[in-house]
Amino acid sequence: MKFDRHARRKLLSHSVAVLTGLAVVAVLYPLVSIVYEAAVRGGGVLFQNGFLTSVPPNGCTVVSCSTVGIGPAIVGSFIMVGLASLLAVPVGVMAGIFASEYRTRGFGRAVSFTADVLSGVPSIIMGAFIYGYFVLYDPSSTYSGFTGSLALAAIMIPIVVRTTEEALRTVPNAMREAAIALGISKWKMTLRIVLVAALPGVATGVLLAVMRTAGDAAPLIFTALGSNLYPHDLFHQPMPALPLLIFNFALSNESNWREVAWGATLFLLLVILITNIISRMVIHRLSEKMTGNA
Amino acid sequence: MEGSKLTVEQLTTSSKLTVDRLTAYYGEKPAISDISLQFPDRQVTAIIGPSGCGKSTLIRCLNRLHETAYRTRVEGRVLLDNEDIYALDPVRVRRRIGMVFQKPNPFVTMSIYDNVSAALRFNGRPSRDETDRTVVRSLEQAALWEEVKDRIDAPAVSLSGGQQQRLCIARALAADPEVLLMDEPCSALDPIATAKIEELIGRLKHDYTVIIVTHNMQQAARVADYTAFLYLGKLIEFGPTEQVFERPTEKLTESYITGRFG
Repeated sequence: MKFDRHARRKLLSHSVAVLTGLAVVAVLYPLVSIVYEAAVRGGGVLFQNGFLTSVPPNGCTVVSCSTVGIGPAIVGSFIMVGLASLLAVPVGVMAGIFASEYRTRGFGRAVSFTADVLSGVPSIIMGAFIYGYFVLYDPSSTYSGFTGSLALAAIMIPIVVRTTEEALRTVPNAMREAAIALGISKWKMTLRIVLVAALPGVATGVLLAVMRTAGDAAPLIFTALGSNLYPHDLFHQPMPALPLLIFNFALSNESNWREVAWGATLFLLLVILITNIISRMVIHRLSEKMTGNA
Repeated sequence: MEGSKLTVEQLTTSSKLTVDRLTAYYGEKPAISDISLQFPDRQVTAIIGPSGCGKSTLIRCLNRLHETAYRTRVEGRVLLDNEDIYALDPVRVRRRIGMVFQKPNPFVTMSIYDNVSAALRFNGRPSRDETDRTVVRSLEQAALWEEVKDRIDAPAVSLSGGQQQRLCIARALAADPEVLLMDEPCSALDPIATAKIEELIGRLKHDYTVIIVTHNMQQAARVADYTAFLYLGKLIEFGPTEQVFERPTEKLTESYITGRFG
């Protein structure tokens, strides 16, 4: 009887270990296989001379360019993600501050609820709405880098709002009371004490939002549209982007176009990975320096 | 209650802070009701009573901190030198009435120096010289200067708990207040750190009106000139500490002090 119970307990313990282990494999497998596949298929193309600066295959005639590449898409992505961040980060951080620090007024709750709902809206729908407002009904505008940036910003904002709110809420209330009791006004306390203490968390949220949008094609399909040329105009001409290029070229019948898509995939993965690692190191260093645990 | 009122009128020292029929609510429930008493100028007054009697609520009404929490409300008046603080700008009131909390709460992102100079830097544009002088003066007053003078730019959180609490006292003093509120300032500290703070309180009363909430009756007896006893949100007795502890006029006070409840 005693042996039986022991055996059963052991069996149960082992099965849980095996099950959770399988779950880990299921989580890791896609990531590893994506990076591996992209490295194998895109590695050769990526390190070809001029790949990062040249225009894609149908952007030039056979005579005008000997090498093909993803230069315009890199520039377009950089411009649109950059502009979207400039628009979304201040708005998102401020709304996050409101949701956390002015919560008692009821409206603060509405802000975080709205952000929750918004972050659940599929990005393609976000893109379609921006298309509706800025491309379709405005006769003077067209597909452009600007509308693409707006769509990306619309996706970033709810992420930044929620992560900012959460980061601010981890700041102990004792810190706020200490500031209030010193006769420090609420806005100074919020910006210069609470927000500063929450900065590592806020930065992580911003990073998350930027990385998420850098690789998203759906919001750009209706807005930036994509192009194979270097962008010259932010407002009146379609703008290329890495995820759009991957989306378009991956479906192509031409094997060299598909190769370009693989190269772009690897490039995007590497940029996201490296940016992630570097910024996390900086954020970590920052929070250590702030709390003096260096 | 009648007896305690009489004692207040007999006070020879002038009153710095006068509480007049104060009632404070959390939601619909009053945590303290109809409290009136006078805190004498440059004396130490202890507020004692069992857990939940409203002593923290009372002290948090004296710098208008109570109203910053969600769904709270205050009725009545608190006079600082005959001016009702509830008719003044709360931010300015708090610059005149400093506070030290139960758990040391230094600004974790700041150095020792920046913590002490916070009120100065955030509330104005002081010169470096002025800031330096205030930081040294406040740390000396809080009996911490000798221990930190060689590492003034070290993070505040690198200090021990007792040092952090003295840092918080220095931070409050640097704002140059007239009244210092202390909400159980020693409850998170060991006996040695507690003794240091108590010694400090004895010196601070020469320059400041000190009001200290404590659940420790021995501490009240050691540091306070006057003692107020609160029970279930009401002021039961108030008078010179010696009288409250040795010849209490109320039966409730006597039972509490002799340890029969609370």
